[in-house]
Amino acid sequence: MGSTSDFSRRDLIKRAAALGIVTVPAMSALSACASSGDGGGEKVEKGQKSAKNPLAVNDSAALDVVIFDGGFGDKYAKDAQAEYVAAFPKTKGKVKLASTQKIQSTLQPRFNGGNPPDLVDNSGAEQMDFGTLVSKNQLADLTPLLDAPSIDDPDKKVRDTLRPGVVEMGQFGGKETWIMYYAYTVYGVWYSKTNLQKVADAEYPKTWDEMLAVCEKAKKKGVAGWTYPGKYPYYLPFSLYPFIAKIGGEEVLRKIDNLEPNAWKDPAVKAAFDAYYELYKKGYILKGSPGLDHLQSQKAWAEGKALFIPNGSWVENESAKQIEKNPDFQLSVGAPSSLSSSDKMPFGTIWASGGEPYIVPRQAKNVPGGMEMLRIMLSKKSSQNFIKQVSSLTSLNGGTEGLKLPPGLASAQQALEQAGKNIVNPRLQDWYVALQKEKIGVGALGEMMAGRMTPDEAITKIQKYADETREDSSVKKYKR
Amino acid sequence: MQHGKYRFIVGFLVIPLAIYAIFVISPFVQAIYYSFTDWTGLSSDMKMVGFDNYTRLFKDSVFWAAVGNSVTLLLLLPVVTLSLGLFFAFMLNVGGRRRKKAVIGGVRGSGTYKILYFFPQVLSIPIVALLFQFAYNPESGALNAFFKAIGLDNVQPDWLGDPQLALWCIMGAMIWANVGFYVVLFSAGMSSIPKDFYEAALLDGANRFNTFFRITLPLLWDTVQTGWIYMGILALDVSAFAFVQIMSVGPGGPDYSTEVLPLYVYQKTFRDGQAGYATSIGVSLLIVTLIFSAIVMRLGRRERLEF
Repeated sequence: MGSTSDFSRRDLIKRAAALGIVTVPAMSALSACASSGDGGGEKVEKGQKSAKNPLAVNDSAALDVVIFDGGFGDKYAKDAQAEYVAAFPKTKGKVKLASTQKIQSTLQPRFNGGNPPDLVDNSGAEQMDFGTLVSKNQLADLTPLLDAPSIDDPDKKVRDTLRPGVVEMGQFGGKETWIMYYAYTVYGVWYSKTNLQKVADAEYPKTWDEMLAVCEKAKKKGVAGWTYPGKYPYYLPFSLYPFIAKIGGEEVLRKIDNLEPNAWKDPAVKAAFDAYYELYKKGYILKGSPGLDHLQSQKAWAEGKALFIPNGSWVENESAKQIEKNPDFQLSVGAPSSLSSSDKMPFGTIWASGGEPYIVPRQAKNVPGGMEMLRIMLSKKSSQNFIKQVSSLTSLNGGTEGLKLPPGLASAQQALEQAGKNIVNPRLQDWYVALQKEKIGVGALGEMMAGRMTPDEAITKIQKYADETREDSSVKKYKR
Repeated sequence: MQHGKYRFIVGFLVIPLAIYAIFVISPFVQAIYYSFTDWTGLSSDMKMVGFDNYTRLFKDSVFWAAVGNSVTLLLLLPVVTLSLGLFFAFMLNVGGRRRKKAVIGGVRGSGTYKILYFFPQVLSIPIVALLFQFAYNPESGALNAFFKAIGLDNVQPDWLGDPQLALWCIMGAMIWANVGFYVVLFSAGMSSIPKDFYEAALLDGANRFNTFFRITLPLLWDTVQTGWIYMGILALDVSAFAFVQIMSVGPGGPDYSTEVLPLYVYQKTFRDGQAGYATSIGVSLLIVTLIFSAIVMRLGRRERLEF
């Protein structure tokens, strides 16, 4: 047995450290793991372009689709997958569809490695940052899809079958369209017609004075006027931003989106903030709201503890179980009430925009296939299938004829018709996620609605956040 | 005999060392490398930016809020958890009323308590966090319901929604989840302390207070020190991340009152697409951890007692 006397622990540590240093130069080779290959895999060959195949899809090439498995599930996409295979029978067994909630952790290595899937529903908590994807040239321009004839009417381009604003949402300041929003969401003040009638004996209040009167009546009966998910205060803008636009015109929101200096100091912003703050001051907000998450606040609201909640049209599907407990709930959405007769936009002005952003990666092997799948999804048949399955509208304009819509969705459809041209679409939440959710939402609006900050303080703070974002060179900027 | 000794040792160690180098050292080095780039995490297109990320850190108020909260957790969590663990373990093993025949013993029913204390350890972190989130629900949670039931209708805090309380609420849940483990760990340590010591102390007329500080604690010091480091790393690392991510407003709020370093790393990588900047935060987290371990090792150095 060798003696170990001259081989102390200290020596061992020293040598181990030396080994560590030796390994360092090897790292530059290893670090390539995270950053190898940008050349992109081999692309599949293009197919024959024809009237039935305007995107020239290779009719036997494999297709790889990754879907976000969230509130809408993945059944609708699987149905569209079946349609794709029916259109291109030779692809049978080669069309892969995976669904996950972890979009970024699943796909990040594939984007870095240059072999991304052909179509991605980039949604949910692990949504990949669009600004980064666009600025790093990772996405395919969807213009060929938009200019292709639609499935239902070969004389109409896909572009012309979409709801207003959908194409613009997918653009980032240039001519190219990078994102195809599939679902169509209506934001606003959600309420139960029955509860409102029962508690306050009223219709939806069209003016803010009526709103306050309704809340006062409810308060006397021990029901709160409003609740909101205090854990995610960025739900408040769903009714607050269109309210601002209604008071001061769409221009105010555009300046805010463009991060213009003093955009938040506009009197319309102050007026809207003051109005919401009054809800808090008069005790019309459900007690404890600042500590509730979205499901908890929706539960309290569905149980009739509060009348109104700022939310989006997914609430019908998300809170279906609680709403169903009262078959006579009559879920409805209201546009922001008029603050005064001098409001710049008419009553009915509402926020509606696309959801479920689909992208086709530039380095995908089968780019035309990914677009073709989207074209199929935007057909009337697939769109109706989606509406029926998840009770949400799609970006396909119309397409609801002959369908019996659930009450919330019917009311959303009606709100869209009433709004007509007065649909606003603030972009803060997809352009500057951190600013919108964490800074404006949690840092200011949440604090104000909990009564820990006055509207003036909140505005000053938000303006400061907006200025910081404008000066921050690490954040890509957009204009509209 | 000396001949070929190194070759002999290296022969045995080459595989474990290689694994260690690939899976432990190389990620560290890579992380440091990436912290000097503007890597987005979504594309392999990146360039070196020198110390830009680090100068940005110094001006980032959210980063400093996160450092403050992480350090608060680091200072308080081990102290409170270990003190409670020690106290309970002492009561379970030594603190009971003196009975016939046995020199020392735990309080009545100590066996049951041991199981009860260990129970939270069986639950996974997200479940504990969710349970506490229900309890903290200001509208229908157990805590506010309790306050109402005893007539404190006016005391209805927002708990996680209140920036003054949020971090404490989360700390409470973390302590609850971890104390049990240390009760069991310290119990095991205490049972290996010879009974003669206690007997001698009792003959000299020492009370429980003195027995604890003069006998139990010094003989348990090694275990406490290990627990301290372990708990500190927990406070800085995954555990804090999981609790804050699940429970807090935002998460990280309200108003950054619960933002912690690991959460900020996560947000910068997965929400903002700034993986390069995130790794520089990760590197500073590494530095905080190293400083902490060094201090604890230094302070905890004592002569070891053989018994």
